[in-house]
Amino acid sequence: MFSYCTDPSTLDNLAWLSCYLTTGKHSAMYVSVFVVLLLLAITAPMALLFGFGAATASRSTILPLRWLGRAYTSIVRGVPDIAFFLFFVIALDQGFEWLRHKVKCPDWDEPIRRGVDFVVCDAAKLPLGNAPQWVHETYGFFLAVLTFAIVFGAFAANVMYGAMQTVPRAQLETAEAYGMTRRQTFWRVLVPQMWVYALPGLSNLWMVLIKATPLLFLLGVEDIVYWARELGGTQNPRFTDYPHGDWRMWYFLALLVFYLMFTKVSEVVLDRIMKRLTKGQATMGGEAQRKAAA
Amino acid sequence: MSCLQTISDYAFRSLGYGERLLPRGDFTLCQQFTLIGSGMIWNVYFGVLALLAGFFLAVTLAVGKSSANPMARKPAEWFIFVFRGSPLFIQFFFGYFLFLSLKSVSSVFDPFTSAALGALVVLFLNTSAYTAEIFYGALLSIPKGDVEAADAYGMTGFKRFRRITFPTMLRLAWPSYTNEAIFLFHATTLVFFSGFPALRQKGDALYYASYFADKTFNPFVPYPILAGYFILLTLVLIGLFGVANRRLNRHMPQTKLPRMKFRLNLIR
Repeated sequence: MFSYCTDPSTLDNLAWLSCYLTTGKHSAMYVSVFVVLLLLAITAPMALLFGFGAATASRSTILPLRWLGRAYTSIVRGVPDIAFFLFFVIALDQGFEWLRHKVKCPDWDEPIRRGVDFVVCDAAKLPLGNAPQWVHETYGFFLAVLTFAIVFGAFAANVMYGAMQTVPRAQLETAEAYGMTRRQTFWRVLVPQMWVYALPGLSNLWMVLIKATPLLFLLGVEDIVYWARELGGTQNPRFTDYPHGDWRMWYFLALLVFYLMFTKVSEVVLDRIMKRLTKGQATMGGEAQRKAAA
Repeated sequence: MSCLQTISDYAFRSLGYGERLLPRGDFTLCQQFTLIGSGMIWNVYFGVLALLAGFFLAVTLAVGKSSANPMARKPAEWFIFVFRGSPLFIQFFFGYFLFLSLKSVSSVFDPFTSAALGALVVLFLNTSAYTAEIFYGALLSIPKGDVEAADAYGMTGFKRFRRITFPTMLRLAWPSYTNEAIFLFHATTLVFFSGFPALRQKGDALYYASYFADKTFNPFVPYPILAGYFILLTLVLIGLFGVANRRLNRHMPQTKLPRMKFRLNLIR
């Protein structure tokens, strides 16, 4: 990167470090930080959407829909999340291929699951066998995002279901007394009010989501954990201009600090949002704010 | 091969007893049940030991955090912040590589690079931090009257803590502590996916489940089996902690007993 980096073996500590930290591979690691941020940016709204849908389904009047919502939200309790991650990545992949197989090759008569193989016709492969590398990577990332959204959607559904139950009953009764239909009551009264009650749970969920991002590594995405292992490992002078011993400990220490700072910043921001939202609310928090101002 | 034969071969495979090689082809349901169940031994081992040891450190940390003396408060606050603010997954990695580096300094650290001890230390510290935060919250919500009554009886210092503060804290914290315990057992599945090596394929339940999923390319059998085991474990935990909860609350008016509410948010 810098002009003096042509022969790293002659450099002393600080200059060496500045060259070392700006190599191409390190740049890839910095990019992977954005992969994590991108995952968060896509997953959070998707999980909210899944959660909202499931929470709504859980209080539906249609019995099968209610069962579906309840089953979805309660099935993640009691089972380790990482099992879900490992499960969904394969299951989703196979599910998509199976669906495409059904659509694209209707006259295929051999079984798909043969012993230990899962065989679909070539046209149904995801991504296609001749697809370029970036398609494979994007597809992997997409699967990861969907997996995160499904798992966190269930958590979010829990929080939002609770929030919907907490909205004072009298509010809904008033709406009914005004002659609003169920649908109107839901959209005009319940949904606008539930957010104050949902926010503490959702901000907790955000923290949990941040801390779940290193699991991307298990889903086969080249994320920061992958690069930290890769770059931190012992580098042989024969293959690199920057030989060093086993530095993985320092790389993971850096990741630890990164995540600590990330959660700290989120905490501060979420605190601010909560302060703003509680302003003027008839809750303990709002009351405390009013008293402090007076 | 009969199922009984399989069980005798693989029931303690996770500890290194029985058949040396894992099944290679023609996976039967029995094999999957046995091996994944065998892996649960590790999950229970990590969970129980970390929970027991973590309890004592957590009480110390919670008392430290609620102390007025900054010399006690600051370290406790930092400890809790560091372990609750960063992903357990990264903590495992860092712990493993830390122990690996320390190994070259002194042979004392040799056993720490194995999952059995190294991962246990990380889990112990992690659960201590989470539990300490729960206990700290409970300490803050102890009714003022209880402490005033203790003062009126002339109890001070350690006596007041042992007779009033500590039991009340435990009673208030118990439902959340139950969640933390369940949560910890789930977290134990991360161990063998985070640097710590599974020597001679001696792994935990998830390790074997993912082994089967990889080999058969069919996730729909091993993971539900794993889920079944964990739901069973969770039910046992809820049962045990429920007994303790009833004992902690035995002096309270029984009609007003707060229902234990299990709010699980996994992943740390």
